[in-house]
Amino acid sequence: MTSTFLPDRRSGPDAGPVPPAAARRPPRRRTLHWLTAVGLQLPALVLFGVLVLLPILFALYASFFRWGGFGMPSNYTGTDNFSRLLQDPVFLGDLWRCLLLVVLSLVLQLPFALAMAVLLNQKVRGRAVYRMLFFAPYVLSEAITGVLFSMVFAPGEGLADHLLGGIGLDGLGGEWFSGTSTVLATLFLVMTWKYFGFHMMLYLAGLQTIPAELTEAAIVDGAGPWQRFRHVTLPLLAPTLRISVFLSVIGSIQLFDLVWVVTAGGPDHHSETMAVTLFQYGFKRYQVGYASAISVVMFAISLVFALTYQRFVLRRDLEGATTTMRGAGA
Amino acid sequence: MGDPALSRRGFLAASVAAGLGVTALSGCGGDSDGGSSSGTTTIEWWNISTTEPTKTVWASLAQQFEAQNPKVKVKIVQLENDAYKSKMTALTASGKLPDIFHAWGGGVLKQQVDAGLVEDLTDRTQPWADGLLSVSKQPYLLDGKLYGVPFDIGMIGFWYNKALFKKAGISAPPATWSGFLDAVKKLKSAGITPIGLAGKESWTGMYYWAYLAMRTAGVDALQQADKNKDFTGDGFVQAGQHLKDLVALQPFQRGFLGAAYSSPTGQAAAVGNGKAAMELMGQWAPVVEADAGKGLGRDLGFFPFPAVEGGAGKITEVFGGGGGHALRKGAPQAAVDFLKFFASETTDRELVKKTGVLPVVPGADSALTDANIKAVQAQLKGATGFQLYLDQAYAPALGQQVNDSVAGLIAGSKSPQQVTDAITRTAKEEQ
Repeated sequence: MTSTFLPDRRSGPDAGPVPPAAARRPPRRRTLHWLTAVGLQLPALVLFGVLVLLPILFALYASFFRWGGFGMPSNYTGTDNFSRLLQDPVFLGDLWRCLLLVVLSLVLQLPFALAMAVLLNQKVRGRAVYRMLFFAPYVLSEAITGVLFSMVFAPGEGLADHLLGGIGLDGLGGEWFSGTSTVLATLFLVMTWKYFGFHMMLYLAGLQTIPAELTEAAIVDGAGPWQRFRHVTLPLLAPTLRISVFLSVIGSIQLFDLVWVVTAGGPDHHSETMAVTLFQYGFKRYQVGYASAISVVMFAISLVFALTYQRFVLRRDLEGATTTMRGAGA
Repeated sequence: MGDPALSRRGFLAASVAAGLGVTALSGCGGDSDGGSSSGTTTIEWWNISTTEPTKTVWASLAQQFEAQNPKVKVKIVQLENDAYKSKMTALTASGKLPDIFHAWGGGVLKQQVDAGLVEDLTDRTQPWADGLLSVSKQPYLLDGKLYGVPFDIGMIGFWYNKALFKKAGISAPPATWSGFLDAVKKLKSAGITPIGLAGKESWTGMYYWAYLAMRTAGVDALQQADKNKDFTGDGFVQAGQHLKDLVALQPFQRGFLGAAYSSPTGQAAAVGNGKAAMELMGQWAPVVEADAGKGLGRDLGFFPFPAVEGGAGKITEVFGGGGGHALRKGAPQAAVDFLKFFASETTDRELVKKTGVLPVVPGADSALTDANIKAVQAQLKGATGFQLYLDQAYAPALGQQVNDSVAGLIAGSKSPQQVTDAITRTAKEEQ
């Protein structure tokens, strides 16, 4: 930005207060640069401050009050909202379900996406079509996905039950989103349907950056397919994997749209997430102080996860880099 | 993360700002009009009739009123339901309400009255308001004073499939709870799903608990419990137990816990397509049944919620609500005149015929044509007690807690005692 801006200024006849003395130029110029930078960034900074930073701080502030959302919070209750939160079976359930979804995603969804990516990275007939097909669900909005699957999994009448009935497996279906014990699994199924294509695309992009020479060298060294995957592909794909894991976990933490459309957290809270609970309290019950406390905890969880993950990832990154470099050098 | 709260905050700020802007504008309007020498009064009429045909009908009524009162101008402000609610909350906080505004009565109106923002209409609507249907005025009566004039009233009751009842060998709709449970058993043994329920939308289940509480603990119990912040009385626990007895019969359609109300696979569709024999719903049920499903036509019937043996409540006490208008404190006489005009028999007949509301003026009854709606109207006319919809009567958090706890009871995760405890806890928190 500055590089394109500066020549203009120099050439411009009315370029404002250009310093007359050449000797004094550098410090003044630096100040000027600095002022220009601040001036140009000011609108964005103000917007960011007013719309992002201030509300975050305000949510933190509001979480210490019993507050209905209008006027300024005045009923200070200390950490009541937080202690209530930690005793709320629904919120504790939210945490448990969040953990469950994260684990399921990491153990099932991402490996599945990886397998598909490796498969579609080979010379398969019509692989472009497959790639597009698998990626297509990601393009749909969560709301549309939700409406679609609440029809597919409509108990007794939906496509899923008809299909299962058609192959004589009626016993498997029936409840789906309506059963307290089946709702989370069904939800995870839909999440996988929607998101594995996205992770697959990430992995495919990562796989394309792996030079074919490395694989060839490994073949020359007598490495089998599994060894090639384990010792060449996987380490080189590590940065992509780490990003994908990060996105997946954050996605699980803030999961809302899909759940809200399909089950609204039900039946009987069995698919409720933190964001759904937050919405319930903030927008349905107008207990904005309590809802703010939930948002603060969500924020803290995300922050702690992001920081620890970064530390963890940084360490892994170094190890990974050295291994691959050694491998490449050999 | 913090974002949902942020956007809410942004939204609040925006709506408050918008609200203030409107107040400022209306303030200006009022001042200039009051001071104008021509003597024309402009009254602002805020309503939520944004859909046809009501929108057009109401606009033409406003014109009629203007024609009859040449010195009065009616300025209509129409807002969609949810937008209206949040704007009114902002206006209430800012301390100035529109001249004439839509009001459901109950808790929200009481808040506005307590803030000294609503005109007491008890004397100013004499004597014409006395002639209005008694139940329809109930939501607007606070401590014996009238703060609003209704234009619509309705109630919850059972909508049933006469053909399926006949098939199950039920000769007449049950009038007692045990008779009702028997009917459910008969329907089940005839292979018919007795009841459609939208488990995903917890307010549908709440109707059962609320009615049972009215029938066991008496019609005033729900209101009294809100006042005392105590729902632990025996009547409420018994209400839960009665509901549990019903749930134990597994009377609801397959997968009801995930069912919505008006979707093509929901509660209304189940009844409207003849897959479930009845539903507990308001006077709008026939329309939604025909919209989401096929509709039952002549097979559709209505019966009031049965009485519970030994309970303090009667079968003639209704659970319902409607719509009406209230005036801001110090509203001009023209606004009162408008309410009188709107509650006249001529207007009411037109509203009943063209917009499908139930009459609040007894003389407008004859404008009703549908037999089932007539049956509802007969119930309302003969009502000996009234309880307003809980989401309007109670603070939002309490209303939601009732819905949520009752949903837990229906799903089998909460006992009747746990329901009343949870509701009581929320009621106390609200203080």
